Amino acid sequence: MADEIIHQPAARLAALLAAGKLSSLELVQACLARKRAVDDRVQAFNSCDEAAALAAAQASDARRAAGQARGPLDGIPVGLKDAIAVEGQPLTCSSRMLANFVSPYDATVTQKLKAAGAIPLGRLNMDEFAMGSSTENSAFRPTANPWDLTRVPGGSSGGSAAAVAAGELPLTLGSDTGGSIRQPAALCGIVGLKPTYGLVSRYGLAAYASSLDQIGPLARTVEDAALLLGVIAGHDPRDSTSFQAEVPDYRAGLAARKGPWRLGVPKEFFGAGLDPEVSAAAKRALEFYRQHGCEIREVSLPLAAEYAIATYYLIATAEASSNLARYDGIRYGHRSAAAKDAIDIYTRSRAEGFGSEVKRRIILGTHVLSSGYYDAYYLRAQKVRTLIRNEFAAVLRDCDALLSPTSPVPAFKLGEKSADPLAMYLTDIYTISVNLAGLPGISIPCGFTGGGLPIGLQLIGRPFDEAGLLAIAHAYEQAHEWSQRHPAL
Amino acid sequence: MSTQPDLNLDYVANLARLALTEEEKREFARQLGDILHYVEKLRQVDVTGVEPMAHASPVFNVWAADVAGPGLSVEAALRNAPARRDDTIVVPKVVE
Amino acid sequence: MKFEAVIGLEVHVQLATASKMFTRVAAGYGEPANTLTDPVVLALPGALPVLNKAALDQIIKAGLILGCSIAPVCKWDRKNYFYPDSPKNYQLSQYDQPICLGGAVEIELPGPARNVMGEHKKIPLTRIHLEEDVGKLTHGAQDTLVDYNRAGTPLMEIVSEPALASADEAYAFLTSLRLALVHGGISDCDMEKGQMRCDANISIRPVGATRLGTKVELKNLNSISFVRDGIAHEIRRQLAVAAAGGTITQETRDYDGQTGTSQSLRSKEMAHDYRYFPDPDLMPVRVDEAWLAALRATIPEHHFDRQRRFMADYQLPYTITSVLVPDRGLADYFEAAARLGAAPQAAANWIANDLRRELAAAKLPLAASKLHPAHIAGLVSLVESGVISSSIAKEVFVAMFQSGEPPAAIVDRLGLRQSTDTGELEKWVSAAIAANPKAVAEFKAGNEKALNPIKGAVMKASAGKANPQRVDELARKLIG
Ligand SMILES: [Mg+2]
Ligand SMILES: [Zn+2]
Repeated sequence: MADEIIHQPAARLAALLAAGKLSSLELVQACLARKRAVDDRVQAFNSCDEAAALAAAQASDARRAAGQARGPLDGIPVGLKDAIAVEGQPLTCSSRMLANFVSPYDATVTQKLKAAGAIPLGRLNMDEFAMGSSTENSAFRPTANPWDLTRVPGGSSGGSAAAVAAGELPLTLGSDTGGSIRQPAALCGIVGLKPTYGLVSRYGLAAYASSLDQIGPLARTVEDAALLLGVIAGHDPRDSTSFQAEVPDYRAGLAARKGPWRLGVPKEFFGAGLDPEVSAAAKRALEFYRQHGCEIREVSLPLAAEYAIATYYLIATAEASSNLARYDGIRYGHRSAAAKDAIDIYTRSRAEGFGSEVKRRIILGTHVLSSGYYDAYYLRAQKVRTLIRNEFAAVLRDCDALLSPTSPVPAFKLGEKSADPLAMYLTDIYTISVNLAGLPGISIPCGFTGGGLPIGLQLIGRPFDEAGLLAIAHAYEQAHEWSQRHPAL
Repeated sequence: MSTQPDLNLDYVANLARLALTEEEKREFARQLGDILHYVEKLRQVDVTGVEPMAHASPVFNVWAADVAGPGLSVEAALRNAPARRDDTIVVPKVVE
Repeated sequence: MKFEAVIGLEVHVQLATASKMFTRVAAGYGEPANTLTDPVVLALPGALPVLNKAALDQIIKAGLILGCSIAPVCKWDRKNYFYPDSPKNYQLSQYDQPICLGGAVEIELPGPARNVMGEHKKIPLTRIHLEEDVGKLTHGAQDTLVDYNRAGTPLMEIVSEPALASADEAYAFLTSLRLALVHGGISDCDMEKGQMRCDANISIRPVGATRLGTKVELKNLNSISFVRDGIAHEIRRQLAVAAAGGTITQETRDYDGQTGTSQSLRSKEMAHDYRYFPDPDLMPVRVDEAWLAALRATIPEHHFDRQRRFMADYQLPYTITSVLVPDRGLADYFEAAARLGAAPQAAANWIANDLRRELAAAKLPLAASKLHPAHIAGLVSLVESGVISSSIAKEVFVAMFQSGEPPAAIVDRLGLRQSTDTGELEKWVSAAIAANPKAVAEFKAGNEKALNPIKGAVMKASAGKANPQRVDELARKLIG
């Protein structure tokens, strides 16, 4: 059984569950068996409460037997990035700071998963506090790319992407602040969706950069992403930035929303620094849409292309420097044994608890907010952000979606960029502006390099038009077989 | 922003309550110098009359009614505390 | 050289709300440690703030009461600093767009005598903003204990202009501010419970100078009297420094109200760099005219306006208004009695003296009184119409207070109606004249006071029911 189900899309698993051909217990056991078989190499999991997952699976089976199944995700395991709170479970953010922290409450998305009968399974590795693009910044261990274990899975939601690609979990949740769902999805050959800012509650997601963070699904297919998004989306009174929007039936929208669409291609996103194989794959995808009657128009996003990364690193680090101030070793988290007074607790606990990328960003963010620098850095970045948002809005008036590569390069080698933070930051060049503008973006597989590494295609949509974005992505996916390839592990 | 970004690491590290090693200071000075140099490019953008964007979408008046609900039990509130006594959190003596 | 003092106050006032400023766990005082927390209060990973609408209503109402202009748009900022009582290590506050700007607190300075109203003046305010309170630290010999129950309580910071000239003015400022906020239902302003806290910035300068001198911040002034004493002490200290040719150093000092001394708190080597920035987790607030109008409709009459009205419209003496007006319930009670037709001065006397005395003796709040304004009105009219005498009225009052029975019923039940039956009165007066020959003789000799023992004897014989006016008339007639 296990071999047949480990690479099945969640929608297929849901159908098997509904037809009584599979039990949730069997499914969870298969995932755990797969994890035991491969995770010592992939290292996607930080921790996993197997007993709780098995108990939840049995409860799901009992519901189903009683005719009370709660919906398509009832009984399906969903892995969570280790930055999303689950009551009674560890929440580490892959940081020494929170190595022993157990959350006393559920994130809103966790509550929604549970209410839908889905089974939270596993705490997945990430760059520490979501700061990174390779998952190498995890304080515990790097996650490996299932397609090539010597390469990174992308980040920061690298564990969430690798677990799906490796067949350990059918669905996971990640968070995306500058590309942290889409880029690892691209590098791992799966689907990753960053929803419009405000569509999914952030309550219970350990904040990195509050005005940019968004939780979203990682999945094997667009349909699976639609299913999971349908469960986690919607207004949350506990998140003041959560939007009052109707949640449509995203899965039904996949077939209902038909093209042809008007697709914009930002010319700057196909410029210098783009790997030729990635470029070729994205252009083939563009050709597919053209052949299917879509109107392809070249558009220009000069500000987004040139200034998004600089803008992002000022805003994100400023917010992070304040968001991460709460990790002080007082109420929870690592407290230095060497601390002699209250000031000591702060400086030593934080020095011992945080890794260097986190320290670097806290220092940068503190600097850009400090007296004398605020206007030149932070305030100016917020203004440029306005211009970038306006630029996208203007282009999206005439386009249903924009199309670009997700990452300029396929999965790079572990250690290749870790000594050069700026080079690492530049790998987010196509994804970061989407967060600045608050737009939805999805990465879907669009081919492989000659060396067998997955390539991702990014589609950027209009605010709160996830249904349209998913339909456009679905049309491409249905015509290609990329999602049926699996890494040999 | 000057062309020679002046980052006072000791000052900023103190504000951020981070004890840095000498090696970290050397490394950060170089890396953050590069990054600050890179972000200099924002000076090229004309932002005259542009409203700063503090939120992804301009929504006003988000609030809740003043109805008290349940909180955490003391046990749940303090379960992660590094040091506790008499249902309070213990820190080394705070001097003002 | 002659010096003058310049004082500015920063007053923190907790708002009376059921839940905290940015989360819905209960706000409260005196609960066991760390029982009023939730993920937001403790700043657990992932927790997010949500504004308390009632706290906004309260501060806007406070602003309207104090004549501030209410900002059409305000926002929330993070004030970043590390301290163990601050769970997030930033305080949610308002930096450059406070919700209330300007306004003033009207104060009354001590008058020339207790029964004479003192001078009034208006102390301008700079701003009022909304923020959140911090937790409570208890310092022991070895370590410090932290309780987060208070953390996140809605807190209003009221900043005055440096426009107060003396400790007495500061005292009057806080007294008046407190009344305005208590009457408005904004806060209970109990300084002992920390619901109202005050820091003072004090400097001196040569009389006539326009530039402010070096200021000293005085902290931990935890009663209104300590504020007055602490400021007076600090002004004396600065004057002494100046007289000795020294210079004042900018510092924060801690005033100990028990010993009446102050000491310098270790001054921070580095200036604060709070790195304020707009909180991305909270949306800005827009205030429209309809919202303001709705709140305006709930504002009570200002206490000084009411006092002036009581003196002008009801002809009440200043001393009585000084008792009635500060207690909004008592003043409302008085007005209710007056509306029922009671003679205002008599009603005010009953309320300010007898009612307060009985309530205090019974340890009852006004709200629990069985005696209602209608009782007062009834009693006053019984006295005015001569049905009972003032001294009988005292007796009736106590009975009413205890039973809640209407005064007329008590008078009837106990047969206390004043006698106007001339035959009965003549009997009592004749008997009194017969029994007091000495007084009669003295009266006849021209001593008016000699009539008193005779009248007293009549009152005694009649058990107070004789109408004193009629007794006086009859006695003169019968002696004469
Ligand atoms: Mg703190
Ligand atoms: Zn304050």
